[in-house]
Amino acid sequence: MSARALGLLGLALLPLVFLGLFFAWPVASILGLGLRDGGVLDVLTSADTWRLVGFTVGQAAAATAVAVLAGMPLAYVLARCALPGMGLLRVLIVVPFVLPTVVVGLAFRALLPDGGVLSIVLANAFFNVAVVARTVGGLWAHTDRRAEEAARALGASRWRAFTSVVLPAIAPAIGSAAAVVFLFCATSFGVVLMLGGARFRTLETEIYLRTVELFDLPGAAALSVLQVAAVLAVLVIGAVARRRRETALALRRSVETARRPVGGEWAVVAAACLVLVGLMVPVIGLVARSLSGGVDGYLALAGQGDSNTLQVPALETVQNSLRAATDATLLAMALGVTSAVVLSQVRRGRRVLGEALDVALMVPLGVSAVTVGFGYLITLGDLPVLVPLAQALVITPLIVRTVLPVLRAIDERLRQAAGTLGANPLRVWREVDLALAGRSLVAAAGFGYVVALGEFGATSFLARPEAPTLPVAIGRLISRPGVLNNQMAYAACVLLMLVTVAAVVVIERLRTTAVGEF
Amino acid sequence: MGLELSGVTVRYGATEAVSEVDLSVADGEVLALLGPSGCGKSTLLRAVAGLERPNAGQVRWDGTDLSGVAVHRRGFGLVFQDGQLFPHRDVAANVAFGLRMHGVDRAARSRRVDELLELVGLDGYQQRRVTELSGGEQQRVALARALAPAPRLLLLDEPLSALDRVLREQLAVDLAGLLRQTGTTALVVTHDHDEAFTLADRVALMQAGRIRQVGPPDEVWRRPADEEVAGFLGCTTFVPGTASDGVVSSVLGAVDLPGTADGSVRLGLRANALRADTEGSVRGEVVQRLHRRDHARLLVRLDVVASPVEAVAPVVGPPGTGDHVHLVLDPDGVAVIHPSFVDSRP
Repeated sequence: MSARALGLLGLALLPLVFLGLFFAWPVASILGLGLRDGGVLDVLTSADTWRLVGFTVGQAAAATAVAVLAGMPLAYVLARCALPGMGLLRVLIVVPFVLPTVVVGLAFRALLPDGGVLSIVLANAFFNVAVVARTVGGLWAHTDRRAEEAARALGASRWRAFTSVVLPAIAPAIGSAAAVVFLFCATSFGVVLMLGGARFRTLETEIYLRTVELFDLPGAAALSVLQVAAVLAVLVIGAVARRRRETALALRRSVETARRPVGGEWAVVAAACLVLVGLMVPVIGLVARSLSGGVDGYLALAGQGDSNTLQVPALETVQNSLRAATDATLLAMALGVTSAVVLSQVRRGRRVLGEALDVALMVPLGVSAVTVGFGYLITLGDLPVLVPLAQALVITPLIVRTVLPVLRAIDERLRQAAGTLGANPLRVWREVDLALAGRSLVAAAGFGYVVALGEFGATSFLARPEAPTLPVAIGRLISRPGVLNNQMAYAACVLLMLVTVAAVVVIERLRTTAVGEF
Repeated sequence: MGLELSGVTVRYGATEAVSEVDLSVADGEVLALLGPSGCGKSTLLRAVAGLERPNAGQVRWDGTDLSGVAVHRRGFGLVFQDGQLFPHRDVAANVAFGLRMHGVDRAARSRRVDELLELVGLDGYQQRRVTELSGGEQQRVALARALAPAPRLLLLDEPLSALDRVLREQLAVDLAGLLRQTGTTALVVTHDHDEAFTLADRVALMQAGRIRQVGPPDEVWRRPADEEVAGFLGCTTFVPGTASDGVVSSVLGAVDLPGTADGSVRLGLRANALRADTEGSVRGEVVQRLHRRDHARLLVRLDVVASPVEAVAPVVGPPGTGDHVHLVLDPDGVAVIHPSFVDSRP
């Protein structure tokens, strides 16, 4: 084995050891704990379980379909249209994705008080439109427009050219986006808990309910096993789709492919505008709701809510959130960047190794945050830093997905040129990779920070009552009676949203390429 | 002593890209590695640079085996087909990169950068962004960048192929002068004969992973090792001939080729081997006539050769398609292949 391969293996150890210690072990423990008591078969053979699976898959599939349909016009506009206000559009569509689940849940509850399945599907789709628009749009912007023009010249209608030339070219991105979105929707926790209550339950919320309220560990463990198996299957499908996407492309610079829309293309632009309005309605509704009782809710943030619902003043939870998110981001950057470096360096012959690491890094995204949180409690319960660790686990895959495409886009010969000029491998990394990907690293960090800030599932499990984060505090405020609590919750949501939007604006300014996936 | 390759073999899985190559480049010499695309020449270059690990054989510099020496310690400069300049640095910083890696101080760096930019004809370009340069300018910067740390050996991978023809020919002449002027030892990979013959002191012909012939440009051009090599060097028609006292006679007539050993040989004919000439002894019918840059290219059907042969005629005047034409052999377009040719491997 060469020194280079050894070095890569050494680098790969860091994320792998972290995953083993802070993901595999807790999850395995909780599963083991549940499985040991038997009764798993009962759960797996019960009709209730399969109704649950059916609902989980059904709502996820429906939400994925809605997200893909809504995301496509946006992807088209992002990729192909040179129109004023594109920067703003980019910012606006990414806001829903990084909004904390609690905020989204609350927003849809304000919008559709009767809720039900429709609100769950819409809320999950709302979250993920950005994933579709950016993943597909990123690829679309870099595909050669001339293939389409050749089809038109050969007599194909605009629609025919789209279905026979463009669609096959961007299909891998659609597939990969759909797989990720499906994953997010199937394991979505905060939204379903808030909108479904006890009536509509998915595997994820059922695991939570059984663990926390029924203390039915074997049942929860059995469901977790089921969920992990399903998640792995989806991830493998996604990895296969991605592999095709990265090998089969003749990429062009995006500026060459964007131009002013003409004729029928304006219809697509109109559809995109409609989607955008749809995305903004819950956000605006939330702001309106927070101001419905004047600024009382905002003023109350200095306190602890009706009859001391919170153990600390709400503003203090902001501090907790910022601190935890900072720690989580630093940790996740260390893990994510090393992983991205390893993945970008794995040679074609050893693609399987790279795919394995890639999938391993994505698994935490799909495993029940509740399972992870509970696993942490029984294995690592004495550690004081559980919240940042869990958050780092959640955001590392996002950081990898943001940085990796940029590193992969760097021509290997640029590194070789630096090498022949006397730069050692470390120096090559600093002078070429870091210099070229620096901005995207900062963007990835900002992105991870925002998501960590809004993380609800695992954090709600792990945050100590005397030190909740802002989303956890919102969850608590909304679950207790009291007008003031309600107003505080909405005000806190707006606060969280503002922080999020500010961060997204900064990230957008730093973006150098649109190839990143989220 | 310079560079020596012995038995170098590079495999990708089951395919052998480079097979048992022996080759040497003397100090101060420019060797061109010429071959069709996919023949393994770039792989061989990468093996010399240390970017590819040979499965067998040795790469030596001044007698020292380089197998354990990493890319950045070899002191070999590399110029890619498309420059591969660092897009985030200006021209001066690109050229200074290697000097910086070698710990040269700022003042000396700046002097060397100025010196090299002047050498490649880009004086005053120091602060320009590399993304704003034309292809030819980028390639000049890439050359200056590779030369700046005074490499022991300069490796050029199709250095001019990405440029358009006029620029390519100009830059080939400039590059040849520059390599001589700086006394650089260089290995140039190219698929273009003109480029190889303009730049190189010696040419090594590579086909299907093997070196087929090595020699000075005029020898390789005039005495290719076999018909396959001759075919790659532009010979389209082959006829048997008999050499005697420096004159080779064939069905197409006799031609003066001094230095040809007596006996039977094969003649490889390039397009310009047959010229339309009213005095010519060979008669044929023009099947096709095409305009080329500085002559007309004819396709002529002869009685004595099975398939139509190529010939040249003046741009202005007859013959046209369907005309009868007389042709004469021109020694400039004739290559001699000795049946028992023993190739002059190093």
